[in-house]
Order: sequence, then C-alpha cells, then structure tokens
Amino acid sequence: MVVGQTWSHHHRVRPNPLLTYMIRRLISAVVLLFVVSAVTFAIFFLLPRVAGATADDLASRYVGKTAGQEQIHAAAVRLGFTDPIWVQYGRFAKGIVVGSEYNTGVSIEQCPAPCLGYSFITQNPVLPDLLDRLPVTLSLAAGAAVLWLFGGVATGVVSALKRGSPIDRTAMGIALAGVSLPIFFTGLLALSIFSYGLGWTAQGGSYTPFQENPLMWAYDLLLPWITLSFLYAAAYARLTRAGMLETMNEDYIRTARAKGLRERDVVVRHGLRAALTPILTIFGLDLGLLLGGAILTESTFSLNGVGKYAVDAVANNDLPKVLGVTLLGATFIVVANLVVDLLYAVVDPRVRVS
Amino acid sequence: MTASTAPSPDTDVTRGEPLLRVTNLTKHFPIRRGLLQRTVGAVQAVDGLNFEVAKGETLSLVGESGCGKTTTGRMLTRLIEPTDGLLEFEGKDVTHSSMRALRPLRRDVQMIFQDPYGSLNPRHTVGTIVGAPFKLQNIKTEKGIKRSVQDLLELVGLSPEHYNRYPHEFSGGQRQRIGIARSLALRPKLIVADEPVSALDVSIQAQVINLLEDLQDEFDLTYVVIAHDLSVVRHMSDRVAVMYLGKLVEIADRDELYTRPMHPYTTALMSAVPVPDTNRRTKRERIRLTGDVPSPINPPPACRFNTRCWKAQEVCRTVEPPLVAMAPGHQVACHFPENPDGAPAEPALLDTPRTRADDAPATREDDPTA
Amino acid sequence: MSQPSPSPSSPAGPPSGSSADGTPAENAPAEKRSRRRREAPPSTGLDGIGGLGAAAPDTFLSVRDLRVHFPTDDGVVKSVDGISFDLARGKTLGIVGESGSGKSVTSMSIMGLHKPGTVTMTGSIRLGSEELIGAGSETVRELRGKRMAMIFQDPLSAMHPFYTVGHQIVEAYKMHNDVSTSVAKKHAVEMLDRVGIPQASSRVDDYPHQFSGGMRQRAMIAMALSCDPDLLIADEPTTALDVTVQAQILDLIRDLQSEFNSAVIIITHDLGVVAELSDDIMVMYAGRAVEYATAADVFERPEHPYTWGLLSSMPRLDRARTDRLRPIPGSPPSLINVPSGCPFHPRCAYADRTGGLSQSQRPPLDEKAPGHYAACHLTPEQRTEIWENDIRPTL
Repeated sequence: MVVGQTWSHHHRVRPNPLLTYMIRRLISAVVLLFVVSAVTFAIFFLLPRVAGATADDLASRYVGKTAGQEQIHAAAVRLGFTDPIWVQYGRFAKGIVVGSEYNTGVSIEQCPAPCLGYSFITQNPVLPDLLDRLPVTLSLAAGAAVLWLFGGVATGVVSALKRGSPIDRTAMGIALAGVSLPIFFTGLLALSIFSYGLGWTAQGGSYTPFQENPLMWAYDLLLPWITLSFLYAAAYARLTRAGMLETMNEDYIRTARAKGLRERDVVVRHGLRAALTPILTIFGLDLGLLLGGAILTESTFSLNGVGKYAVDAVANNDLPKVLGVTLLGATFIVVANLVVDLLYAVVDPRVRVS
Repeated sequence: MTASTAPSPDTDVTRGEPLLRVTNLTKHFPIRRGLLQRTVGAVQAVDGLNFEVAKGETLSLVGESGCGKTTTGRMLTRLIEPTDGLLEFEGKDVTHSSMRALRPLRRDVQMIFQDPYGSLNPRHTVGTIVGAPFKLQNIKTEKGIKRSVQDLLELVGLSPEHYNRYPHEFSGGQRQRIGIARSLALRPKLIVADEPVSALDVSIQAQVINLLEDLQDEFDLTYVVIAHDLSVVRHMSDRVAVMYLGKLVEIADRDELYTRPMHPYTTALMSAVPVPDTNRRTKRERIRLTGDVPSPINPPPACRFNTRCWKAQEVCRTVEPPLVAMAPGHQVACHFPENPDGAPAEPALLDTPRTRADDAPATREDDPTA
Repeated sequence: MSQPSPSPSSPAGPPSGSSADGTPAENAPAEKRSRRRREAPPSTGLDGIGGLGAAAPDTFLSVRDLRVHFPTDDGVVKSVDGISFDLARGKTLGIVGESGSGKSVTSMSIMGLHKPGTVTMTGSIRLGSEELIGAGSETVRELRGKRMAMIFQDPLSAMHPFYTVGHQIVEAYKMHNDVSTSVAKKHAVEMLDRVGIPQASSRVDDYPHQFSGGMRQRAMIAMALSCDPDLLIADEPTTALDVTVQAQILDLIRDLQSEFNSAVIIITHDLGVVAELSDDIMVMYAGRAVEYATAADVFERPEHPYTWGLLSSMPRLDRARTDRLRPIPGSPPSLINVPSGCPFHPRCAYADRTGGLSQSQRPPLDEKAPGHYAACHLTPEQRTEIWENDIRPTL
C-alpha cells in the first residue's frame, strides 16, 4: 500500500524535532524580514529612479519650496540620494543591525541599533516615534481580539449546533453584514449613536494609557474595540460555524457520544477543540496584521496609533517612516506566524512527530 | 482467450512470451530530516523484485499494507520512476524513460483504481471521462469519439445513454465500470488493476470480476491485479506473487500456491482468511501471526519476516534467503519452507497448522525496529 | 471462543437443537443451553410482519418492529423498516448486509446516536428492563458507554487525534464511575494490557496516530469495554485492517466476550467474519431482515434467495475454484422507492415462481423451520428444490 500507512513508529531517540523545527523557522523568519526590507526599499527608493527621477528630483520634496538648486543638491547629498542604490540600502541595513549616524542637516545624530532611519520631514528618528504609538495600537488590537475571539467563536458554535434555526439565520445574517460593511461606516454609525446620541462612550480622539487609569483606558477604547471586533467577529463566526459543522460529523464525535459523554463535553472538549485549531492560525495572522496598524479604525476614531502614523507618512511622502512602518508590520506578521506554528505543534500532537 | 487463462493446473507449461519483465525493481522514498533536510534514511517500499508477466495471463500481487504492492503497480505503469532495477515492456527498457518517450507506453498500459469515487472527476460527464484517452493521445476513431465511447459503455455493461450523465448519478459498481471503460479506450495490452473490487459490495464484486474476465478473453488482455483479498485473487489469477515488506517472498502458479504454499507468511495469510462456514471454526486451528508488519524504514535484517515467523532461527536473522525455485514454476524465499516435498495440504485450506502462537492472549505488537 | 460449536441459540426454537450441540459446552452454563426462547405463537407478535413473538426470558436485548425513517427533501428514506431480533448475554448476533441495507442504522438506533429531529423511530428496543425508544435522551446517554458500547470501522478516525489513548479511556471510565483520575488511569492501563497492548503503562500516554492500525482497534475495544458493558456493538470492526490483524482482533473479541459475558452484535458485509463469531445471523436487505437463524443454519440451509445469491457470488478459499462467479444481477434499491412486494424481487431469479405474490405483497419474516426465519414467498418445496438442485451443488 501507499508507504507510511502502518509503519511502526515512535519512541525513537533523535534530536528534539521541535527544537530543530524552531531553529529552522527562526532562520527563515530572518531571511524573510531581510527580503521584505529589500523589496520595500526598492519600491520606495529604486522605482522612482527607474522611472527617470534624478537624485535632485527626489530631494526637492524635502526642502522648502523656495530652495535653490544648490540647496536641493545639498539635501540630495545629505539624504544619500546621490549614492548608488546598494550603498543606500547597505546604510539602511547597517543601521538596523549595528546602528548608524545620520546627518539631519543641523547636526549629526547617533542612531543606535536597530535604527530605522530618520524622518525626512520632521528629522525625528523613526523607531522611537513608532514605539510611542505602539501602546495605542496594541491596546486597540488586544482588546478587540479578545472580544472578537470569544464573540465570534461562541456565535459560530451556537449557529452550527442550531443549524438552520432562526438563531443561526439571524446570526449569519448579522455576520454577513459585519463582513461586508466597511469600518468607517460602522464606526461612524456607532459614534453617532453611542457617543454623540446616547453619550455612553468616549467621543474618539482620546487615549489614556493603561498604567495611568485602566478604567479610562477601557472607556476610551470601548467603541473602537466593538467596531473593530464586529468586523472580525463576523468572519470568525462564519469560520467557526463551518469548522464545527465539519468536525461534528467526524467519527470521533460519534465515539465521544457512544461513550455516553454529556453533549456539552462532546461539543466543547471534542468538537470545538478540533475546530479551533485552524482558527488559531488565522487569529495569529490577523493579530499580527492589526499590530502593524489598524489604519481605518484609528483614522475613524482619531486614535494616534501606528496606523495613523502610516497614513501620515504616506500622505507626506516621508519614505523612512513608510519603510519603518512596513518593516514593523512585517515583523509582527512573521512573529505571529512563528508563534502560531509553534502553538500548532502544542495543540495538535500529530504535528509534533512529523 | 489464450491458453494461459484457462483454469488448467499446469499453466506454466503454456505460458507465452513475457510482456513485462522486472529485474531488481526497487523504490526507496527518501526521508529528510533536521536543519538542512538531509536525507537520513529511506522508506524501502519495494526492494529488488524479479518477475515476468506473460502475455494473456493474470498475475496477482498480494500482501498486507506496507508490503509495497501499490508502489509496484505504480512503477509498472510508470506513474512513478523506479529508484533502481530494470523495467522492460515488450523487451524495451522503460525504467527511466522521459514523459515523451512514455507516450506509447501510456497507450499500452492502463490502470484501474480501487476507489471508483475518487478516480472519476465529478465535474466531467461520463462521455468526457471515457473519451479523454482519445483526446490525450490525439487519436481519431473511425466512427468519431462519441460513438466509440458509447461502444465502450455498452461493452462494460452500461447504456450508451449514460454518455451525458455525471459520475455521482451512478452506483459504486457502475462507477467502477466507467473506470474500466476508460482504461479500455485505447485497447491496451496490459491493465494494472489496484484493488479493483475491494470497495464494492459482495454482490457487485462478482459482477465486476466476471466483467474483467470477459474483457480479458475478448481483447486478449494481460492483467496485473493488486489485491489483499486472497479469495478474489485465487479466483482471478493464473499466477500469484506474495509480497512482504517490499520483498517478493513467494511466486507460483495459482493452484500450486493455494494447495502447496511454501513460505510461512503465505500459509499464515491463507489461514487468517475467515471462511463462510461455521463448521470450520471448530475444526480449524489457525496460524496466528502476532503483531503488525514492521516499518519499511528499518526493516528487519536478512529475512524480513523473521520477527513474526514461528520457524525463524538464527540464520533467518543473518542471511537473507534468496528467491529460488523449489518446484517447477514455484519460487520461494525462505530457509525453512513449508510443504517442501510436494505433499500439498488437504484440501486447499490448511486445517492443520504447523504451530500455534495464539495461546497467550496478549499478543505483542512491539516495534522490532525500535 | 464463547461457543465451541454452533449451538442453537437465540432464534432457535425449543431446545430441539441441543442434540446438535455435540461437543460438551464447557463455557456455556447449562441453563443457557436448555432455555426456550419463545412462549407466544408467531402470529401474536408485536410486529405484524416479523414472526417473532415475545422475547425469551434470558433475552437481554430485544428489538421489535424497529423502523427508522429519515425524512428528506426527496422523500422518506426508510433505512430500517420493521426488524425484530433477540439477543442473550454471552451470545453474538451477526448482522450481514450490503451498503444501504440498514445494518449500521440499526446499531446507531440501539445506541441512540441518531441526531434528534432528523429521524423518526418506532417500534421497541428493550435493553434489559429499559425501553429505549421514547426514553429521554439523558436516560439513553447514561446507558451509552456503561451498559452498551460500540466499536467502529476505522479506529484512526474514531479516536480523537488530540487526546492520548489513555485520556480517551479515562474519560469514558470516569463518566460512569465516580473515581479519581489516577484510579481511572490505572484502570485504563489494565484494560490496554488486557487487550494485548505491550508496555501498556507507557503506551497509555501515546496518541492514536502513534499506534498501528491493529493496536488502535485494540485500544478502541479497551475503551468500549472499560465500563464492562452488557452489550457490545462492533460495526465492521475489522474492515479497515489487514487480514492477519483481522484474525487477531476477531480472536480478541471472542476471548473478551467469554470473559465479560456480554452480548455482542457484529455488523459486517463479510460473511466470513460473521461465520467466525456469530451464534445467530440476521441477513438484511433494503432495511428489512430477509433471513434470521443460527449461523449454522444460515450457512448450511439458507432459505432466502438473497442469501443464496450472496453465498454463490463470493469466491471462497474453502471450496474448489469455480470458473465463473454467479453474481446477483442489478444493484441494491433506493431506500426512498423500495420496490413493492418483496424488495428483492427485481434481482431475484425465482420471483416469477410465486404467482405474482413477490411483486405485490411484502413477505413476512416467517419461521420456515424451527428457529429459522425467512421472508420469502416461495413454498418450502420450491425452496428445498432450488437449494438442493441449483444452489448447493455450485457452492
């Protein structure tokens, strides 16, 4: 028969496969980040050159409108546009790994590793700015994630168990709306009803750090959380429902019932346990993606997070900022992916062996 | 129908020239592991097979899971490439032929699969499925493809009106007939049938077996049947090859094998087959093999059966028994064969065992390779 | 083996067969062999069509006129349509049939495993003193695993991939016994050891995928027997296994049955497997029992043309090789549109000999010989003649 069906197995001593696996994944994660940085760099710095822009053309955006040719050229030299592209990238990569010096035009600044460069416009280093914004984004994403995970999974399970019932149809109808409606619509709707209309929640634009006042922190973020989690919960409810419908037809569910287990245990311990595994993967990716900036939500609720930072950077054509946000987002996604894969090995014993 | 398909006890006398010959046929699947994904070992799925298939005969490969019979079938049809050895079809070496060079072989050698559900594309009509070989090989038939397909459908006991239907509208037996019609489209010389009836109900199995036999007579087909059901194999085959863990342990003419099995594994296999007769269970003492088939990654040394064999001695663990002829047309790879002096067990089934190993209720299934 | 020889068991009539019980029955208690099975005459049965009357006193599981219908958009699927049988402790009933004959649906009905709301079940299933049809779902759930247990065809998919084998046995044992986890774990190790898992105390922490196919089925059996059930249902327990492993598992089931003295139902399409294990056999076709008798009777004096067809269509290792198999023509009917009269008549070679009865009237499951039931319109003379002249010589 096909090889592998009935080998006998197990208890063979060999180097810890999980550790080997982790090391392999870490190396590939580093390689991936390097590729991401190179590609991003190429898009912002190489493409304009390919399209015919000279170093001075590029630099002209970052000096005053009245600047003369010499000033522009001086800026181009200072910003490094006159160097060959690989020298520019080398400088950028070196900054990340060992730190770098940057000429801001006024002074020479030391930028310790990991250095993501300096804004062309504000002359501020990118990384500290980003880290300043991170707590906002982190709070937003974490709170919403908890809400949508519980809300979405619970809805999905109930829908699957009551398949075809009014509960199922209502839930799936709402879920469809949640998936289809853009966040700036649901967000503005929620704002106008709950904060401007009823006055129950904050009006947006305010953020209280958790360590200062946890209650205010939650109060400020409640509406963004709900809005953001509504979008995701809808998708998770549909995913959970589909997963549950599938696993509840598995043979091992029949076995669990044949053992006389209570239906609640059958559903939660046997059905949901298996159905949740693929959802875990998507959850990790979604969370990673969100940490790179919940752009629409932050804009809608005027929260000063990473997403807002990214929007501003793009609007101002501030290349180092854009590059920094992109790399930060990529790092989160790669890390989330790694964590999910390792969690998978914990959750599903079959992964551990192969 | 050639003489060799007749149920005569001496089929080896009348066997024709070989259509297919394999010499030292081997397939190892590499196992990669570790940081650099180095090859650390191999699944020795098939290891050094030697046999011939004569024109017009039916040769069956039997054995349990992991014995390599399916891998062998896939090599015979060149769906996979052998790691080592020689595969000759009509005297021509096709062991490592390229896809292009294989085109003629693809006409002459066809495959029938076990699962009539999985092997038919659910989105294609029966006409498309059965007609596909014509299109793939760019063959113009005299009466047009549609007519030819309808002829084929009639041939396998379906109706020409089924042309525009989809596979899901058919029962399991009918689907297997569709698969057979497809395999016959290009008038192949050799058909490799991998468990052709094991997914079918008992009453349908017989229909399909009879159909395969009729088609063999009508088109002078040669069959290699891969199966685990020893009763079906006995009914369909002229010769039978028994495989264990990638090795051929015994090959003989059907009647010879079933009346005088020589390899202990063959006798154990036959003795394990449940028989629809309640008298048997009281009279019959069986040979009970303990444990499962060991891993083909680390097969037992020398004779691969030595870990489960009740006759095994030291030599079985140190010297691999060669496959040698112990009787005309009867080759066995064993140091201590059963029935060596031609006294066949009476009747076809072995009612008297050599020994019994089942007194201990807790049969051990440890991995001898661990 | 619980029965050293085919003894006249459940469906057998008055102990007329005890003389056939030639060998001394060491394992079977004397009262078992001499029991009588039926007080009431066949016509007064609970079930208008099956000839079975009231259950014999030692019957442990008694099914009467069980009907399991699934309403669908295309019509009502009559998966089981009026079957009756009895089973005593220590006995094995083999249910044989092709796919769609209703054999698995029957077992799922006994276990109460059909999804509520998708099925209508009528008739009677008595387990000991409990009536299962119409019983509350909580009542049936508490019986599951404790008094009746089941093993399935594919032990890999039937075990949860994320939990260790031991955990899955512990879960079953703790459900029905108020014990600590460590006690339950000890019990799990004992059970694994009993079913022949080597190094049970370490293998108990393995996951199902680390077991071989045969060991997985052994572990399933250990799980099913962990609460010492009175009834064990084995649904195609060896179909997914290799033939040498199948023989091991059949031996194991037989050994354990005599040890635990449970009633066993074995469901299979393989006549060889039922011949190995069963005391009685019920042959099902299109949701109905067409023949019900002792195993010896079914194989030596079958009364129904479908059973004849099954026996003549299979190649047999224990007989001389025939040149050609004799298949049953056609394929099993749709359970939505079961043919009128005898559901087998479109495929039956002898249906034209009953003067149209086969086409118009459903044949009742009658006692054709003592303890031997069959649902066929042929007269006894016709059946004897066909069996002796047409069928038997060709087997």
